[in-house]
Amino acid sequence: MKARVHVMLKDGVLDPQGEAVRHALGAMGFEGVAGVRQGKVIELDLKDGTSEAEVADMCERLLANTVIESYRIEIA
Amino acid sequence: MRAAVIVFPGSNCDRDLAVAFRAAGIETTMVWHKDTGLPEGTDIVGVPGGFSYGDYLRCGAIAATSPVIAAVRAHAERGGYVMGICNGFQILTETGLLPGALLRNAGLKYICRTVPLVVGTSDSVYTRAYNAGDVLQIPIAHHDGNYIADPDTLNRLQAEDRIAFTYGDNPNGSVHDIAGILSDNRRILGMMPHPERAADPAHGGTDGQRLFAHLAEALTAA
Repeated sequence: MKARVHVMLKDGVLDPQGEAVRHALGAMGFEGVAGVRQGKVIELDLKDGTSEAEVADMCERLLANTVIESYRIEIA
Repeated sequence: MRAAVIVFPGSNCDRDLAVAFRAAGIETTMVWHKDTGLPEGTDIVGVPGGFSYGDYLRCGAIAATSPVIAAVRAHAERGGYVMGICNGFQILTETGLLPGALLRNAGLKYICRTVPLVVGTSDSVYTRAYNAGDVLQIPIAHHDGNYIADPDTLNRLQAEDRIAFTYGDNPNGSVHDIAGILSDNRRILGMMPHPERAADPAHGGTDGQRLFAHLAEALTAA
């Protein structure tokens, strides 16, 4: 089985990389890009039967820093 | 007194920190990240700067899971002293030994230069050499030094006089200009600037030297 974890900076935490991408898009002539937030996607190849709770534990303890990041788990 | 300096793959200030400790008369042992214990009688652990594990995932995140960190945590829980500089500060926040987190610099650039650093409190073994308000010249060299914490944590850091250092001219976007903080028992210091790079006349500045000299004196007396 596979799981996909999306890690994003929490709302309210300034994302300077996302801001730089937004500026670049504006400079290229793309209009109307009000905001860009950049995160990461982590794909896990897991033993069948691994629970979502276990993946959440991985997120809490390593994959995300919950001081600044939120995460979302997709079990495929 | 004895110091242990942790060496991770990618640490690059470990030897500089050991030189600064030894120059202050502190017996110093290097400890590899796979070791599961600290040398007998370790008074202070130095978590050095660098790019542990290539900054993969997040700065300090992988180092925070390494075997030696369990020993560092136990040392801290016994009331031991821990000093994390630069990547060491990032590692200490990732382990939860210090609150908050360090984000990418607001200007997105890696910054390597000497900056004015304001002493926030003299109430710690690390800052007792100085008076609050003293301005030191200390180098910084980081890409992710933009300190952030939730409002409650920031209020506590201020109310409990735990902001060890602030920037005189904020280079990286840190909230409240924070450059270094103390744990609630004041024995764990995390700071982004590098006092070990301003500890010898050959460095071009010696404002960090007194930090190590007075630290050695305090811990020897303790």
